[in-house]
Amino acid sequence: MLDLPPDYWPIIALSIKVSAVAVGAMLPIAFALAWILARWRFPGRMLLDALVYLPLVVPPVVTGWLLLLLFGANGPIGRWLADWFGITLLFRWTGAALAAGIMAMPLMVRAIRLSIEAVDRRLEGAARTLGAGPLRVFLTISLPLSLPGVLAGVILGFARSIGEFGATITFVSDIPGETRTLPIAIYAALQAPGAEAVVTRLAIASILLSLTALLLSEVLARRMAAGVRSYRA
Amino acid sequence: MSVPRPAVTARPDPSPPATASTFRIDVWRDLGDRRIACRIDAGQGVTALLGPSGVGKTTILNMVAGLLRPDGGHIHVGDVPLFDAARGINVAPEHRRLGYIFQDARLFPHLRVRGNLLYGVRRSPDAAEALEEMARFLGIAGLLDRWPSTLSMGEAQRVAIGRALLTHPSCLLMDEPLASIDRARRTDILQLVERLRDEVGVPILYVTHDLAEAERLSAHIVQMDFE
Repeated sequence: MLDLPPDYWPIIALSIKVSAVAVGAMLPIAFALAWILARWRFPGRMLLDALVYLPLVVPPVVTGWLLLLLFGANGPIGRWLADWFGITLLFRWTGAALAAGIMAMPLMVRAIRLSIEAVDRRLEGAARTLGAGPLRVFLTISLPLSLPGVLAGVILGFARSIGEFGATITFVSDIPGETRTLPIAIYAALQAPGAEAVVTRLAIASILLSLTALLLSEVLARRMAAGVRSYRA
Repeated sequence: MSVPRPAVTARPDPSPPATASTFRIDVWRDLGDRRIACRIDAGQGVTALLGPSGVGKTTILNMVAGLLRPDGGHIHVGDVPLFDAARGINVAPEHRRLGYIFQDARLFPHLRVRGNLLYGVRRSPDAAEALEEMARFLGIAGLLDRWPSTLSMGEAQRVAIGRALLTHPSCLLMDEPLASIDRARRTDILQLVERLRDEVGVPILYVTHDLAEAERLSAHIVQMDFE
């Protein structure tokens, strides 16, 4: 379709794998953060709010460097993971997923939080009067009603992950077949002379992937808006 | 507290004295410099809580239902203490067994009528039959597979009444169920409330701002007023 040389398809596959794992692993955390920010009132909420959105505004290289400090071989979390679980993230595709997940988190939290805030809390009260405890109210009312925002967050996060470059290359470097995702492959191709055709194809592939994700998210957002229903008078 | 309570007057019940009070309520809650308070001691049938808009009638119902915590006082329904500040009792709303009919019906938009009706029903072999019977009683048998967004307000209110009744509540709290319904359909719902009173025999605490409505339905009217 894109007339890519066969050895470039694995790059796209790796990008999709890294992004899917990044979003999948980040989703519960993003949902919990969105819930806390939308529903809880506590001292330090503004600080948490700021911390969540930090990856959006800090230079990605800095985020990658912080990940190196924390998850590197001598970092506190990195050493703990290696000692207890034998897990190494540095220079691995899983590390690329971690970097992509951190960078996607603010967008995911934002989308999910907006939809949690849009849930009519009076419906939760109605469910309580019908005999449902807090957990059942969450599972049968709050969660289903905020689902459109969760889906939008997943898609936005996925699109952001596909494009992730700075934190990833700082944290896990450029290792062909392991951490060379689409943007890193494009960057690497740009370094070599005469690779314009390949760069063009990879660029088109990444634009198509992201555009598809954004369009999907837009469709979902519209459906969500239409979902705010009222009774016919 | 120095904040005075609103005047609360109760008319004498002309019917023979009930064996026991269904509602024994004396609660208050302070909102800024205003105190919302109410005292009710009423037996079976419909007890109307009458008062102008904004006086805090819905606040009282929310306190009875457990959705809002009173600042003080007590709430007994039947012989069950649901809230008692002095004794530290505050039963969670899901354990109060009260059917609350909201002014705006408050159906769950992501569930069909059937799903809404069954929300508070424990799974049992009789559940389907109870649902069918309730749907016939309320005249909503043809609506079971519809989404709430496709219902008229009157239909939604019937579904809300069925949803509450199917949980076998010890009483019903109704918050101006006619307010959002066009005039032509109001008689239908009024007649339905009368059937609930006479045929089902469930005690009802009925909030309204309309004296005629209160007098038609209720032998016992509790008046709430601003200071």
